Amino acid sequence: MTVLSTRRLLAPLALVAAAALVVGCAPQESASQSSASSSAAQSATTSSAASSGEASASASAAAVDECSKENLTLLTPGTLTIGTDSPAYPPYFEDDDPTNGKGFESAVAYAVAQKLGFTPQEVTWVTVPFNKSYAPGAKDFDFDVNQISITPKRQKVVDFSDGYYTVNQAVVALKDSPIANATTLPELQAAKLGAQVGTTSLDFINEVVKPAEQPYVYNDTNDAKSALNAGQIDGIVVDLPTAYYITAVEMPKAKIVGQFEAQADGEQFGLLFAKGNPLVTCVNTALASLKDSGELKTIQDQWLAGDTAPYFQQ
Amino acid sequence: MTGVGAPAPGTATPYRDPVRQGALRRRGRRDALVGMASLLAFVVVVAALVVRTPGWATVQATFFDGQQFVDSFPGLLKAFWLNVRIFLIAEPLILVVGILVALARTLKAPIFLPLRVIATMYVDIFRGVPTILVIFLLGFGVPALNLQGVPTDPVLWGTTALVLSYGAYVAEVFRAGIMSVHPSQRMAARSLGLSGLQTNRYVVLPQAIRNVVPPLLNDFISLQKDTALVSVLGPVEVLRQAQIDASSTFNYTPYVAAALIFIALTIPMTRFADWVQARMARRQRAGGTA
Repeated sequence: MTVLSTRRLLAPLALVAAAALVVGCAPQESASQSSASSSAAQSATTSSAASSGEASASASAAAVDECSKENLTLLTPGTLTIGTDSPAYPPYFEDDDPTNGKGFESAVAYAVAQKLGFTPQEVTWVTVPFNKSYAPGAKDFDFDVNQISITPKRQKVVDFSDGYYTVNQAVVALKDSPIANATTLPELQAAKLGAQVGTTSLDFINEVVKPAEQPYVYNDTNDAKSALNAGQIDGIVVDLPTAYYITAVEMPKAKIVGQFEAQADGEQFGLLFAKGNPLVTCVNTALASLKDSGELKTIQDQWLAGDTAPYFQQ
Repeated sequence: MTGVGAPAPGTATPYRDPVRQGALRRRGRRDALVGMASLLAFVVVVAALVVRTPGWATVQATFFDGQQFVDSFPGLLKAFWLNVRIFLIAEPLILVVGILVALARTLKAPIFLPLRVIATMYVDIFRGVPTILVIFLLGFGVPALNLQGVPTDPVLWGTTALVLSYGAYVAEVFRAGIMSVHPSQRMAARSLGLSGLQTNRYVVLPQAIRNVVPPLLNDFISLQKDTALVSVLGPVEVLRQAQIDASSTFNYTPYVAAALIFIALTIPMTRFADWVQARMARRQRAGGTA
């Protein structure tokens, strides 16, 4: 009898104990997860606040003439040293030669140099591997130009100028695809489009293109390219730099059908500086005046649009 | 003991003592009450503890956000229709593939050796390869060949991959069923003058299939879930839709909603499997055939 009654007592106790265990474990774990994601969100907001702070700092610096050529902090006085990777490929550079001023980034670099008061002869180029460019530490260039996206993570160890290019969305299709020569949005709406899950490209299809058929969605861009290659979809939407890389290097059978006009909150490319380099403010002034005069837009349209990636008409 | 309530002679119902019956009923009712009370107390204690934990608000906001649920649910349900269609098309095909392969593997005559070898190889290969790999291989691989007349539709190739993969499993289930029929049954059938085909059709398969219905239903419940794998080829089914919804908000309520949709389909299926199994057990005890 005693044994029996102990058992009767134990059973509910065990239940409660098990419940306490379950409760003890689960919420803590998820709480730590969610706090991690919220801290990531926080760092994103602080970084954007920091960059806007830099912009206002550059505006005030413009009043003082710290940005005359003699007063600039340079690696080699009198010479602007610019870094980029090798090979330097189109449409950012032409003929693997950054010194010729051809290609989007070469042209931007020389335009900035000119605003700062350098002649083309006073600009030297050094080779900097892409992955090394945004590593922490001293730099052997004044700034680096290499399609480097401004991200909060990179901003912790290096400085960026304001964006000189906002990444546009583009459509890539096989050269024999029905939409290979599409020039308008309605033509795209009739097509089967694909994109990677969780990207702005997918949002872009759903919110801007709004095709008749539901877009196809892939785990990554490689799967999207496989589907394109297999003829299962007519086109994929990726950002323009990726589109250039896909068509120039990965899939020679494919072409850029066209690109869309810039979106307000798009990813941006910035010129990269060693952390704390005071040159940033003067370069930002130069970029701002290039933007205001429309010169930057002209350079962009010359190298990153036109025949290689025409803008879609509404 | 009184004889009140004793059945009339000749009916099949056995005699039941009403006093004992009453006691049993009362005890049954009491047991049910105690069970319910215990369960209720347990649920209340667990719920109270969970809600009082410091992380609960975050958990609730991340996984059980009511507004997010309402926003995503219609889209998820719409996307789930694709899973249902894939399942409904794949299931009968899998049964056909499975039973044919199982029969081919059990053929004894030497002339059927090639069939037997092919069937064995098929099972070895498709049972040994991850389903998702087969889906990638067929879904992106075959259309990339650009063969004339070969369709490229990802849903079609995804479904084909599921049929091939599950066909191998189901073939082995059927084979196990066929092996479970005692050899004397086959011998008896043959000695009665039935041909090999007739023996399979009227003696072996009816018993074999009855034996494997529970594991078959088990495989089909698994198939319902694996329809989500077809999403890797691009079509937006319920899991992908949930992923799209969750990726823009970092709120995982859409995943929970998708899980509920799957469960809403698999639980009835599971209960159905239990019911079929119970009915078969009853019939077998009764000594009759289905």
